[in-house]
Amino acid sequence: MNGLDIGWWGVPIAIIGGAIRVSTPFIFVSLGECLTERSGRINLGLEGTLVFGAMAGYAVAFHTGSPWAGVAAAALAGMLFGLLHGWLCSLPKVNDIAVGIALMLFGTGIAFFFGKPYIQPVAPDLPAIPLGWWTDIPQLEAALRVNVLFVIGAILAFAMAWMFKATRVGLIVRVVGDSTDAARAMGLDPNWVRLWSTAAGGALAGIGGAYLSLYYPGSWNEGISSGQGLMAVALVIFARWNPINCLWAALLFGGAGALGPALQSVGVSEGYYLFFAAPYVLTLGLLVATSSPTQAISGAPGELSITK
Amino acid sequence: MRRSEAVALPLLALLAGLAAFGVFLLLLGKSPIEFYGYVYQAGFGSAFSWENTLSRAAPLLLAALCVAIPARLGLVVIGGEGAIVLGGVAAGVTGASFPGLGIGGIALMAVAGALTGALWIGAVGWMRVRRGVNETISSLLMAYIAIALMNHFVESVFRDPASLNKPSTAPLEEAYRLADMPGMAVHWGLGIGLVACIVSYIVMERTTWGFAARIVGGNVRAAQIQGLPTGRLVLGFTALAGGFAGLAGMVEVSAVHGSANGSLAAGYGYTGILIAFLARHNALAIIPVAVLLAGFEASSGLVQRRLDLPDATMLVLQGLVFVAILVSETLVGRFRLFKPETWVRA
Repeated sequence: MNGLDIGWWGVPIAIIGGAIRVSTPFIFVSLGECLTERSGRINLGLEGTLVFGAMAGYAVAFHTGSPWAGVAAAALAGMLFGLLHGWLCSLPKVNDIAVGIALMLFGTGIAFFFGKPYIQPVAPDLPAIPLGWWTDIPQLEAALRVNVLFVIGAILAFAMAWMFKATRVGLIVRVVGDSTDAARAMGLDPNWVRLWSTAAGGALAGIGGAYLSLYYPGSWNEGISSGQGLMAVALVIFARWNPINCLWAALLFGGAGALGPALQSVGVSEGYYLFFAAPYVLTLGLLVATSSPTQAISGAPGELSITK
Repeated sequence: MRRSEAVALPLLALLAGLAAFGVFLLLLGKSPIEFYGYVYQAGFGSAFSWENTLSRAAPLLLAALCVAIPARLGLVVIGGEGAIVLGGVAAGVTGASFPGLGIGGIALMAVAGALTGALWIGAVGWMRVRRGVNETISSLLMAYIAIALMNHFVESVFRDPASLNKPSTAPLEEAYRLADMPGMAVHWGLGIGLVACIVSYIVMERTTWGFAARIVGGNVRAAQIQGLPTGRLVLGFTALAGGFAGLAGMVEVSAVHGSANGSLAAGYGYTGILIAFLARHNALAIIPVAVLLAGFEASSGLVQRRLDLPDATMLVLQGLVFVAILVSETLVGRFRLFKPETWVRA
C-alpha cells in the first residue's frame, strides 16, 4: 500500500493521532482540577501553572539532560503554585476565583520572565511507545506513537476514580467538598484537605505543562499554551467531576484541537484560524448545552463556588 | 466598609506588591531603587512621559470598566480582551468601508466598535442568565475565540492586499484618525475613557438602575423577591461593559494603529482586570489606578533596556500586585485605625 496516497483517510487518522497527542495535557490538568474541585475549591489559575510547568520542565530537562527530571521539576513547581493558591484561599474573605485569575496572570508572567533564555536551546524529548508496529501505513503508525505520559494519565484517571470511590483519602476529599460543616463535625480540617488537594492538582497541571514543552509541540515558547488550562476547568464541569469522564472528555477536546492541523495536512488551508478556534467553541457549546439556569449541576461538589 | 479603609487598604496592598517586586529584583541582583527610578522617569518624569502615559491609559480605562461594571452585579467577567479586538476589527472595517463622512465617520466607527463589544460581552451575560453558564470561564473562552476570529478577519476576509508583512485591514483615511486633545499630545481616546468612567460612576452610584444592579450583586435572591428584573439587569450591564471594551478597540484602531491588525491583542483586557480590582470596582477610582499602571507600561521599554530585564517583567509586577490586593481583602475590618469609635476604649 502506498503510504503517501491515502487521501482524505489521512484526516480521521490524523485526528485520532492528534487526539491522543493533544489530549495528554488536558488529561493531567483536568484530573488535577477534578481533585481540587472535589475538595470544594476551584483553581482557575491552572493555566498559569501549566505554562510555568512547561517552562520549568523544559529548563530542567535542558540542564540535566533528562526529560524525566524535567517532569519531576514541573510537578514540584506546580505543587508550589497549588500550595500558594491553597494558602491564599484559606485566608478569610479571599475569593478563590479571583485568586485563580491573579495566579493565572502571575504564573504566565513569571514563566515568560525566566523562560526567555530557554526559547532557543533544545531539550531532550520524552520517549514514545510505538503502538503502531503492526501497520504498514506510515500515517497510522505515526498516529499511534503514544507518549508514556498519555498511558500514565489514562491509568491515573482510573486510579483517581477508584480513590474517590473506595479509599479513605477519597472519602475525606469528597466530604470536605460536599459540606464544610459535616467535615468539621467529623473532626477534619477542611482548609488542610483543600490545601493539599490544590497542591496535588497543581502538581498534575505542572506535569501537563511539561508534556507540552517536552513532547508535543516539544519546545518552549511564549505561545505554548493557549487556554488549555482554562479549557480543562470547563472540561471538568462537562465531565461531571468524574475522573474517567475527564479522560474521555480530554480525548474529545484533543480531537477538536487536532482538526485544524489535520485538515491542513491534506491541503485545506482556508479558514485555518477558524479551525484553531474549534476547541474553544466546542467547550463553550458543551457548557451552554449542559448547564442549567435553575438547578445546580448534578454531581457538583456542594461547596464549589462556581456552581453555588 | 469605611471610606478611609476603602482607600487605605488598596494603597497599602499596592505598596506591598511593589515592595514584593523589589525583593524579587534584589534576589536577581538588580536594584529596585533604580527600577522605580526609571519607572518614574519614563512614566511620570516629564511632560513627554506624562503624554505617553495618558495615551496608554485611554484603552485601560475602558478595559477596566468592562470588569468593574459586571463586578457590581457580582459577576467576574475577565474576557474584555475579546471585546477589544473584535470592537477594533469592526471599527477598522467600518471606517474603511464608508469613506468621506468626516466626523460622522468617526462616530460610525465608535458605534460599530461599541456595538460589537456590547454583543460579545452581552452574550456572556445571556449565557449566564439563560443557561447558568459561569461567566468567568465563558468570557475567557470567548476571548480566545475572538482572537481567532480577529486573525481570520485580518488575514483573509478583510485583509488589505497591500499589507504584506503585517496583515491588516485597509488603512483609515486621515480624517478618521482620532486627533489630539487641545494643548497636549494625547489623543481623544483619553477624553472618551474619562467620560466613560464618570458616566459609569453616575449610572452605578446615582441612578435606580445602578442601585438595582448593586442589589443583584449583593443578593440575587433578595433582588428577585423585590421583583427586580435580574436577568435584564445582567444583560444590560454586561452589554454596557462590553460596549466600553469595544470602544477601547475602536480608540486603538483610530488613534494608534490606523487599521485593525494583530497589535490589537496587546493584553489591555488583562491589565484592565487588575485595575478594576485595585479600584475596588469603583468607576472613578479606576482613573488614578489606570494612569498609574499606564505609567508602568510606558516605562517598560526603558526599564528593560537599562536593567537588562525580559519583556515579561511588568507581567510579574502586575501579578504580585494582584496577589497583594486579594490578600488585603482578608484584612478588611481588622484595623481599629479605621474605626474611630473604638479608639476611646482602651
